[in-house]
Amino acid sequence: MVMFVPDPAAPPASGALSLEALGMSKQFGALRALDDVTLKVEAGSFHALLGENGAGKSTLVKCIMGYYTPDTGQVMVGNHEQPIDSPRMAHTLGLGMVYQHFTLVPDMTVAENLVLARTDLPAMIDWKKEHVDLESFFVTMPFRVPLDRKVAALSAGEKQKTEILKQLYLKRRFLILDEPTSVLTPGEADEVLGLLRDMTRRNELTVLTITHKFREVFAFADSVTVLRRGRFAGSGKVTELTADDMAKMMMGDQKLPDPAPRMDYMGSGSPREETRLAIQSLQVADDAGQPAVKSVSLRVRAGEILGIAGVSGNGQRELVEAIAGQRDIAGGAIVLHGEAFDASRAAMKRHKLSCLPEEPLRNACVATMSVAENLAFRRFDEPPFAAGGWWLKPAAFREAAKQVIARYRVKTPGPDAAIGQLSGGNVQRAVLGREIGGDVNVLVAANPCFGLDFAAVADIHGQIMAARNRGAAVLLVSEDLDELFELSDRIAVMFSGRIVFEDAIGNADLTVIGRHMAGH
Amino acid sequence: MRKQRIVQVSPVSIDDASARWQDILRSGAEAVAVPLLAVLGALVVFGIFVSLAGVNPFETYNLMYAGAFGSWFSWQNTLTRAAPLILTALCCALPAQLGMVVIGGEGALVIGGLAAAAISQALPDAAPLVVQIAMAIAAMAAGAAWIAMAGGLRHWRGVNETIASLLLVYIAIAVFNHLVEGLLRDPASLNKPSTPHIGDANMLSTIPGTDIHWGLAYGIIACVLAYILIYRTTFGFGMRVAGGNVKAARMVGLPVGRLVLVACGLAGASAGLAGMVEVAAVHGKANASLIVGYGYTGILVAFLARHNPLAIIPVAILLGGIGASGGLLQRRLGLPDATVLVLQGLIFIAILTSEVLYGRLPWLKKVKS
Repeated sequence: MVMFVPDPAAPPASGALSLEALGMSKQFGALRALDDVTLKVEAGSFHALLGENGAGKSTLVKCIMGYYTPDTGQVMVGNHEQPIDSPRMAHTLGLGMVYQHFTLVPDMTVAENLVLARTDLPAMIDWKKEHVDLESFFVTMPFRVPLDRKVAALSAGEKQKTEILKQLYLKRRFLILDEPTSVLTPGEADEVLGLLRDMTRRNELTVLTITHKFREVFAFADSVTVLRRGRFAGSGKVTELTADDMAKMMMGDQKLPDPAPRMDYMGSGSPREETRLAIQSLQVADDAGQPAVKSVSLRVRAGEILGIAGVSGNGQRELVEAIAGQRDIAGGAIVLHGEAFDASRAAMKRHKLSCLPEEPLRNACVATMSVAENLAFRRFDEPPFAAGGWWLKPAAFREAAKQVIARYRVKTPGPDAAIGQLSGGNVQRAVLGREIGGDVNVLVAANPCFGLDFAAVADIHGQIMAARNRGAAVLLVSEDLDELFELSDRIAVMFSGRIVFEDAIGNADLTVIGRHMAGH
Repeated sequence: MRKQRIVQVSPVSIDDASARWQDILRSGAEAVAVPLLAVLGALVVFGIFVSLAGVNPFETYNLMYAGAFGSWFSWQNTLTRAAPLILTALCCALPAQLGMVVIGGEGALVIGGLAAAAISQALPDAAPLVVQIAMAIAAMAAGAAWIAMAGGLRHWRGVNETIASLLLVYIAIAVFNHLVEGLLRDPASLNKPSTPHIGDANMLSTIPGTDIHWGLAYGIIACVLAYILIYRTTFGFGMRVAGGNVKAARMVGLPVGRLVLVACGLAGASAGLAGMVEVAAVHGKANASLIVGYGYTGILVAFLARHNPLAIIPVAILLGGIGASGGLLQRRLGLPDATVLVLQGLIFIAILTSEVLYGRLPWLKKVKS
């Protein structure tokens, strides 16, 4: 008779899992996304993975989860080497991942979403039994969501909780969170992260979270690993590190340009009090025809940045698209320099209106047209681009593009390359060159730095501030509160299609803004 | 999850003209190679089809070549058939620049032909040139209005332009039959209702030294003008922006609705002119012979040419040749006349399928530095 001797190194059958990724490398074409990176996460710890955009954080966790096969390196789960060649394999081992964006089916209830995520579903589902099981599962959970509510009717915080509950329901014991709080208010973020930390304390779960918010790292994480340009840049216990230490690891020795100085706009004869952009009881519908902007009124003066905070999906996108001319308005008016704006090209030119939309490739460019053509969208029908207002001069396009490419450091094979071939940061810089390279009286920016790295962000912030200092009225819509606090002169909060709060930035308080973002 | 394509762009000197030319050559070669492969693939499947009908496929290919391009006679037949195809293909290719799929060229052709025949009756004593110009203008105006209706429905009412333009074909044919069998009917046309003949003097002449009518020249000129419009004018630039990304177009204040209406109008005018050419150069009157599917084959031509107006010319000649060879297949091999329609259909499917080959042909892949 053979005695069953438990392998001391075998992963425990329940409770938190440890995980190590050793010497991971991954190459995409010419880009070395990961270069010999090692990550060690102890069982029952709350570990933060820090790094700039493009540092390789997502690539690393995708290698761990089996979405990518690393070129070299191995993953140890609970001290056992485990080849993970598919997400299904990772799930079997008890690894789960929560994405930045929701993966729930909006038209189904919470219970249906949870049950249908299982891989061992029978052909016929006994919903009564499943409900009983779910209820008993919820008893063991630190937080709950209404089981019979449709996901579409949940708040963002509840959705995120449901995503996490789904992972726990599927018996995942090592949870990877990809920027889990980017869609949450500060209050909701603290609640969700706090509950997860409590679970790690009880040794029920290990958490690895991708983030770039130092505040969350200090408040919740035990230890941290920092990546820089695909390489391991440092790690340690949070209690032994300062914010400066981590920033240095993230940034290396690259120097950030100083934040653009904020100067009072004197203007040439026009007073600072001049209102350049006024929005009066504006109503805008979303794609489904439902009211998204419900009677919004705002005023932006020359030489002023008005920041709009809010959790995404509260009408900000529709507001920006209406001012940019991309969406019809259902009621109210947009007034530029005292004149009702009709979204015509002539009016845009007359009022020198510019826009920096989010995802510029999707919202402001034609991917298949050349860089030179894209750069000329605002001026292609004027000399020197067009003779007589109709005959195009390709040489003029190329000449003008070369100047913008050089001035805004757009990395491109040349002015004739299709703009869709460029990286996100370079597309953003090209659009920046087109939109604020000339005179700007009114600028509308929406998450202009989304997905860009530190250096690019500082660059773009500097350009926006410079436009303000030259007298532009800037409406800045952003989901990044740090960005709003850095740039804005006044800040407003948008919730459920309305402006629910507005104050000078000097008087504004993070908790007050957070409360208004959550609709309190 | 969205897959992100990682593209490394190295900062090359922007004056590097040779790299630019290499890139242009590479994409040019690809634009020729992919449709060519598609046509070859369709020919292979067509070969299997005719051998199932008990005919030697190679003999069929041979005969088709002879019927389309084998002699001066067959060349003239081919080019005569290509003329209306060039114009109806433009009807599909122009709105395609705006991202629209308009497949109602047949309707604009029918209405255009009818308008041309009708206006010639209103000018019994005018000089032939005047009548011809009036016929062309009437046909283009009628065709323009017809397709602009589809554009207007799309712009103002949000109706899908593909469905609208297709349904307008049926209405066009109904209107055509109604008038040709009623108000405009030549009492002398007994078993094939027709409008009265436009008069021999008013017929379009042939290009000197050939039997090919001037419609071919109209088509080629229209293609060159369309190319210039799209690639060298501000209007065409606006079309390409709006077709590439309507959000970007609206952001820079382009009048998308006007672009849609004008592009559809120009498209309809082109197909309407095809109807006038068929009436004034081939049939001499408007009757059922006008409704033989040139509008639909034009869609195939436009897709095969990837909506490039200059590429439409050779493609229309190829398709005209396939059409011209149908008679020979019937006479020599006993295959039904419609056999060539099978080939046309196969080519269309092969072209649509071949879209996946772009960027994937191993010997035309972008060289990464």
